[in-house]
This record gives sequence, C-alpha cells and structure tokens, in this order.
Amino acid sequence: MESSDVVIVGAGIVGAAVARRLALGGFRVTVLDRGASAGGTSSSGEGNLLVSDKGPGAELDLAVLSGRRWAEFAAELPAELGPGFPDIEFEAKGGLVVATTATGADALLAFADTQRSAGVDARPVTAAEAAELEPDLTPRVAAAVFYPDDAQVQPSVATEALLASARRHGARLRQGVTVLGGVVSGGRLVGVDTTAGRFGAEHTVVAAGPWSAEVAGNFGVRLPVLPRRGTVVVTTRMPRRIRHKVYDADYVGAVESELAALQTSSVVESTAAGTVLIGSSRERRGFDERIEAAVVGELAAKALILFPFLADVPVMRAYGGFRPFVPDHLPVIGPDPRLPGLWHATGHEGAGIGLSVGTAELIGALMTGVEPEIPAAPFAVTRESLRKVTTG
Amino acid sequence: MSVDVLVIGAGPAGLAAARAARRAGARVVLLDSSDVLGGQFWRQPLAGGSDADIRALQHKWDRFVALRRVLTDDPDCEIVTGAQVWAVDRRDDAPPVVHALVGPADGGDRRRRVFVPRALVLATGAHERTLPFPGWDLPGVYTAGAAQAMAKGEGVAVGKRVLVAGTGPFLLPVAASLLHVGATVVGVVEASSWRRIARGWVPRPHELRPKDLMSKSAELGGYVRALAARRVPYRTGAAVLAAHGDSRVTAVTVARIADDWTPRQGTEQRVEADAVCVSHGFVPRTEIAISAGCALAADGSVRVDEEQRTSVPGVYAAGEITGIGGADLALAEGEAAGRAAAGRAGGAAEVARHRAFADRMHSAHGIRPGWKAWVGDDTIVCRCEEVTAGQLRTVLAATETRGLRSLKLSSRAGLGICQGRICGRNVEDLLPDAPLDPGRTANRPIVVPVRLGEIAAPPVEREV
Ligand SMILES: Cc1cc2nc3c(=O)[nH]c(=O)nc-3n(C[C@H](O)[C@H](O)[C@H](O)COP(=O)(O)OP(=O)(O)OC[C@H]3O[C@@H](n4cnc5c(N)ncnc54)[C@H](O)[C@@H]3O)c2cc1C
Ligand SMILES: Cc1cc2nc3c(=O)[nH]c(=O)nc-3n(C[C@H](O)[C@H](O)[C@H](O)COP(=O)(O)OP(=O)(O)OC[C@H]3O[C@@H](n4cnc5c(N)ncnc54)[C@H](O)[C@@H]3O)c2cc1C
Repeated sequence: MESSDVVIVGAGIVGAAVARRLALGGFRVTVLDRGASAGGTSSSGEGNLLVSDKGPGAELDLAVLSGRRWAEFAAELPAELGPGFPDIEFEAKGGLVVATTATGADALLAFADTQRSAGVDARPVTAAEAAELEPDLTPRVAAAVFYPDDAQVQPSVATEALLASARRHGARLRQGVTVLGGVVSGGRLVGVDTTAGRFGAEHTVVAAGPWSAEVAGNFGVRLPVLPRRGTVVVTTRMPRRIRHKVYDADYVGAVESELAALQTSSVVESTAAGTVLIGSSRERRGFDERIEAAVVGELAAKALILFPFLADVPVMRAYGGFRPFVPDHLPVIGPDPRLPGLWHATGHEGAGIGLSVGTAELIGALMTGVEPEIPAAPFAVTRESLRKVTTG
Repeated sequence: MSVDVLVIGAGPAGLAAARAARRAGARVVLLDSSDVLGGQFWRQPLAGGSDADIRALQHKWDRFVALRRVLTDDPDCEIVTGAQVWAVDRRDDAPPVVHALVGPADGGDRRRRVFVPRALVLATGAHERTLPFPGWDLPGVYTAGAAQAMAKGEGVAVGKRVLVAGTGPFLLPVAASLLHVGATVVGVVEASSWRRIARGWVPRPHELRPKDLMSKSAELGGYVRALAARRVPYRTGAAVLAAHGDSRVTAVTVARIADDWTPRQGTEQRVEADAVCVSHGFVPRTEIAISAGCALAADGSVRVDEEQRTSVPGVYAAGEITGIGGADLALAEGEAAGRAAAGRAGGAAEVARHRAFADRMHSAHGIRPGWKAWVGDDTIVCRCEEVTAGQLRTVLAATETRGLRSLKLSSRAGLGICQGRICGRNVEDLLPDAPLDPGRTANRPIVVPVRLGEIAAPPVEREV
C-alpha cells in the first residue's frame, strides 16, 4: 500500500492548487485522477479571475484573497518552472460591465455601490469613457462600470503549472487512477481504494469538481454538488480589438430565454492567442454533453449586442463543461466532521479557476491549525444553508 | 415538403443513398456544401470543361451522369447545393436536428435551414491525412488531393517538375491528373514495399470476384500504363524525408525505408522538383456523426452494422466516413444506407464484397510508426499554430500530462483554424504513451467556421 499524508482526489485546478499549497507546507501529497491532469472542468471553461460578479460576502472575500495569490503565483512562476514551461497567460487586464437598457443600468449601478462599500474597486464610467476603454463597443451604453482588478489566466495551463510546482515540492501525481471508495478505520477515513490499489493517507481531500458528490457518496457522506452545464464559443484569430473583459449586465438578474433552464450572459474577451472567447451559458441538464445550435446562437446574439463588429467574425469552435454547483452557491471548503480525515475543496461553480488558490490557502491553514486569512466558517459543509441536503 | 430521408453529402455514397431511398418511396432532401454534385471522386472542372477532358480525368463518369439525372429530374428529391451543415443537435434515440446555411460561403446572406428528418444518412466523406516531415510547410508542398483538385477543377498543374509521394492507390490517379494537365511527374514514391503490397493484395484471390478484380485492376492498370508511357518512375519502400528550398521547394530528399517505415541510413537521394504532392491516406469526416452521438470504431470511423445503421436509431452512414474504401464501396454502402433509411432491407452482400478490397488496401498501405523518425525537433506538426515536434515534446516533458486535451491547450497544437483536422492524429501518434483521452480532438460541434452574425439570427422554422 502506498501512503502519504494527504491524498487529493482530482487533478483539476482546485486539486492542483491544494496540492501545491500542502506540498509547500511540508505535507507528503499524492494527487489521484481517473483521467489525465487538467482533463475535467478546468480545461472546459474560461479563465476569468473576477471580483466584478461578486456581491459582498464570503465568496467576494475568497475572490479578493485569490486575486492576491494569483498575482504572486504569476510573478514567481517563470523562475520556478523555467522558460520551457508554457505561459499561464496571466493578464490583469480589468473588466468592463456594460448595461444596454435602463433597468439593467439601475441594477448594475446599485450592485456596484454595494461592492464599493465592501472595498471593491468598481468605477462607474460614462459612455464616452467606456468607448475609450473599448473603441469597438456598442454605442448603446446605458451604464458601465470598470473593475481594474478583474484578471484572467489560461486555466488548463494554470492547472498544469500548479501541478508542476506541487511536484517540485514533492507531490506525486497519478493519472488514470479512479478512486472507488474510502478505507475507514476506527471511525476515521485513513485512505482510499482505487483501480490502482489502496492509498493510505491521514487526510483525504475531495477536489473532484462536478463529480464530487459521487466521490463523497462512495465515502458514505452526502455532498450536494451538482453539474451545471456551460458552453463557450471561440472565434478565429484576429488582431486584438477587445481590450478588457467585457460583460453584459444581464448576470445581475440573468434572463430566462427561449429554452427552459437556459441562461446566457455574455463575457467577451480576447485571449493571448488572438481568438475571442464568448461565454457562457448556464443550464441544469445533468452530465449531458451535447452542444446545441440554439445555445451557440444565443451566445452569438448576446455578444453582438456588446460588439456589433463581431457579426462578420467566424466562430470555429464550441466547447463546454459542467460547473460544480452547490445549491447555496458557495463552495464547500474544509474538514467534514461527519467523517474525520475527510476534507472538501469543491463546488466552486463558475468561479473555480479564480477561487482555486484562495481555497488552497484555506485548506492549508486549516490543516496546519493556523488561523486562515479570511473566515472559513461560511464554507463549512456543516453550514446552515446546506443542512437539509447534507443530513439524513 | 416533409423530409423522410435527409442525406448529407452528395459524393458517390450520398448520391447512391438518395437514389435508393427514392426508389423505396421516401421523400428525400440531399444537401452538399459544394456547388456541384459528385463529391471528391467526381470533382469537376469549375468552368465546365470539354467532355473529352472530363472523361480523361474521371472514372465511372457515365454512372455519375445517370445518377445525377435520376435525382435532378425527380420532384420528390430536393437537391440543395451550397448547403453547409454547420451543427447538429443530438436527440435521444432519434436522428439529430440538422442546421444548414445555404448560399455562397463568402456572401453575406446565407439562408438558415433547419431539418428534423425521420431518417438521416451521413455521407460526408473523408479528408486527407498528411504526415509531417521537415520542409512540408514550404510553399510548393501540396496535399495530393489539393493538387488533384487544381488539376481536375481548374486544369492547372501545381508545378513543372512534380514528385508524388506517400502511400496508397490514390497516388496513381493524382500522378495521372498531373500528367494530363502538362506537368512532368519526376516520380511516384510509395512508402509500402512491394512485399507488403503483394501480401495485402494477392493472397486468397478467390475471395475477390473476377469482375471486381477486373474493374479495379482496369482502373489502376490504366494509371500504371499512363505512368509507364511517360516513363514516370514508380518507387516502393521509399519516402520523402525532407523538402528543401528557401522561399519554395526546389528539391526533396528521398530515401529507402524499412517495412515499419524507418528510414534506411545512407540511402538518401536528392531529387530536383518544384512541387511535391503528398498523401498518406484519409481520415473520415466524422464531426456530424460524433455530434449526433454515433459510436466510432477503434480506427475513428463511424461504426455501422451490415445495413449501414449507426448506433443512433434512424441515423445511417455510408462511404468514406465508415472506413476508407474507395468509390465502389461508397456506392454500395450508399445504396444499402438509402434503402435501409427508407425502411427496406437488402444491399449488405454488395457492401461485404467491396469491403474485401478496402481491407486489402489497409493491410497494403496503412501508416507504419517508423514515420516518426522523419520528424525532427524543428519540424512543424501543427501548421495553423506553428507548433513544432520539439515544442510538443518540451510541453509534454514539462507538464507530464497524459491527456490530449491538456497537451493541446498547453502547446496550442490543434487549436487553429483547422481544429486539428490536419494534425490531430499525428499529434496523437507522436505521444510516447497512449493518451488517456484518445479521440477527443475529433469532437467538433461547430462543423466548419461560420460567422457569428449568421447564427445569431433568430431561430428559423424547422422542416419536419
Ligand atoms: C463553461 C464554463 C466556463 C467557466 N468559466 C470560468 C471562469 O471564467 N472563471 C472561473 O474561475 N471559473 C470558471 N468556470 C468554473 C471552473 O472551470 C470550475 O469551477 C473549476 O474548473 C473546477 O475545478 P475542479 O478542480 O474543482 O474540477 P475539475 O477540473 O473538474 O477536476 C476534477 C477532477 O476530478 C477527477 N475525478 C472525478 N471523479 C474521480 C474519481 N472517482 N477518482 C479520481 N478522480 C476523479 C476528474 O477526472 C477531474 O479531472 C467555468 C466553467 C465552465 C463549465
Ligand atoms: C481530396 C480527395 C480527393 C480524392 N480523389 C479521388 C480520386 O481521384 N479517385 C478515387 O478513387 N478516390 C478519390 N478520393 C477518395 C474518395 O473520397 C472516395 O473514393 C469517394 O469519393 C468517397 O465517396 P463519399 O461519397 O464517401 O465521399 P465524398 O465523395 O468525399 O463526398 C462527401 C460529400 O459530402 C459533402 N460534405 C461533407 N461535409 C459536409 C457538410 N458539413 N455539409 C454539407 N456537405 C458536406 C462534401 O462536400 C462532399 O461532396 C479522394 C478523396 C479526397 C479527400
């Protein structure tokens, strides 16, 4: 039997960030993934590191903490991993949220007010200023708010970078190993059974993204993580005409569209390679992978509201993934008192890329018994808002 | 008109399917992105061309003309050319909803059409596979299919002194077309050895019907005679290891290769040429089939039963997308698929007969792993994103990932405009260990690039 201090289930960005943090903290870490590294949700979405979409509360605190960690990590990385490692494409480019209707404008400005009171740099800008920030933006701007602290990374490369860094600090990664169930001794989880045999560990961290409920279920505990489908479309390369991350303000009160349970709100951004990403939809449809023309069409239509010039730009790819979502829309982070030895780092829905490094910070602090930089209690699996779904 | 059977692709397979479905009484809609019928096999001169010219370059032309006439004269067969299927919506246990854009691709006003067919025949053909080698990204290096399309479609030769290289019987008609449009073909270089070709083609001749053998050998024999008459050297067990030149190809290195295609040291020869046409076989165009939910066979082709049924009820597949086998097999499969899609049985025997040829072709000409030794660190693997084999290896070593998806996103190989159609399989083959997510590069829900404005338009009425 192989053994280590910590087994992490899942080599997505959350598992990778936690592995790095714990390895740096002196733990012997083994990461197990049933597929390849960065093969799940973390390579099926976008890489927005946002504060702009978060209202005051625990998630915003985690986003702010994560934002600091991302900036540090991006700065340290080249020296640590060497020039041969692909660029994580960290860009602190800022985000511009745009309302094109009067109702949207009121909601947006009110939301920005609450954010500012929580310390977020949220700057209302005039239509003229918005046009200066984004010359190709629609002239129909009812209100706009600029968020200098929004940033982005290439999420798949970022996951690999965190894993590579974790390995340099002693962590081990086993790909193609499925965790089947837990090994319980004296009421404590002391390891996992896998398709590659038994792995003993003092702590086991579930970081299995949208599949976390299944993994936790195999350990005998209920964890309310559900998949929420998202689709993104990608244009062909072009000279950069979109300078920041630009969103429509719809997300503040995301609209119901033609399709039942389909919501789209656009996020339009250029990538380092010159493509434009247009995301993303939100649908509750289980692990159904199909991508439908109507969803792609909705995304296209929303993007054209913000940037009419995109009408002539070809899209060449659509892809999608499953956001790991928790009914009260907060991730689950920390130890699970129902089964000592079991930890969770999951349920980040549409913000797991951004929140991964802050999550790792919390796990690291809690596992070593020091006070975390932000309160961990709101993320506990025992919180009141989850009581109905975690008990019984 | 209601749609009983929708056929996508009007090459040999699709045309035969449409006719068979009509004979069985179904109302048929036949879609093809091209402006003319015929597919790759019957690709025609863009500007008409004389009948003699067409006959010189085309095989089974009368068969095509007859097929085309039957269908174009038939009011219950709607033929829509210039119809690009860009996406399909999978449905559970039913054919998918098919989304097409109709009109000139570069024009601003393509019309959207959306079909909900009772049965669907996929006959989307194949695209070429080209293995990379140093210099293959130089101007003057063409895929054999592109060279042939220019010869057949525009009457233009890609160069004055042209070398044709790769593997498979397709090299022969390409060389013949080049000769016909006035090029000097300095050689045809076939990677398989005579021994392997013979082992593939010759044993158990009793399994092949003399008539088929005659027809096949008459076609191939015709090409061989054309080459011999012009003294075009045909070399086997050899390959182009590099193309040379500054701004375009001026010469190539040809060398002998072993049975597994590893180059034999010391056999390199320099051949002057201003164009090289390469083909290493074909890859089925499976985008639509994959989006529709059809299961694939291990080689990446669409899996069908003896009546061309895919794993999705109501969806049939015929022609190159079910495995590369040439036009005769495509016609036979199309016939069987069209009939089955219209609710009739039969046609399986004919398919099995032609399959025998296809199987022989694979054992004679299938790609061998030794080609990887041609590829240097500087050799571009993904042309769209200009990723070299060396960069691939570096990224793989740095990330230690065993996933194609991760490798693709970290190296950018396959992220360009062709979406891995050209490099996907080559990248997969270059990995030292089999990836844990094979085939994921073949998943392309957007079948071809379409302008955002074209698909953002409000949904159109569905033709049920
Ligand atoms: C369309 C879309 C857009 C998004 N955009 C953004 C964005 O802009 N910004 C942002 O911050 N977030 C975004 N997200 C959300 C973000 O991608 C996720 O929150 C994040 O990737 C979750 O990471 P993870 O490591 O928890 O899960 P994953 O990346 O899914 O990793 C979980 C891993 O667990 C493995 N696993 C599962 N079961 C087992 C088992 N039994 N044994 C072993 N291994 C197992 C899986 O193979 C997988 O690799 C988006 C998501 C989507 C779908
Ligand atoms: C470039 C090339 C050249 C070839 N030349 C020869 C040759 O000279 N001699 C020979 O024996 N064999 C040749 N072949 C092999 C040839 O493909 C087969 O022998 C034969 O054409 C297969 O018939 P098919 O009906 O399966 O496919 P095809 O003839 O390829 O027909 C497929 C049709 O589907 C259409 N289509 C595909 N996708 C879509 C879509 N999304 N929307 C709408 N329409 C679509 C295409 O436009 C095409 O007309 C060639 C193959 C290629 C790729």
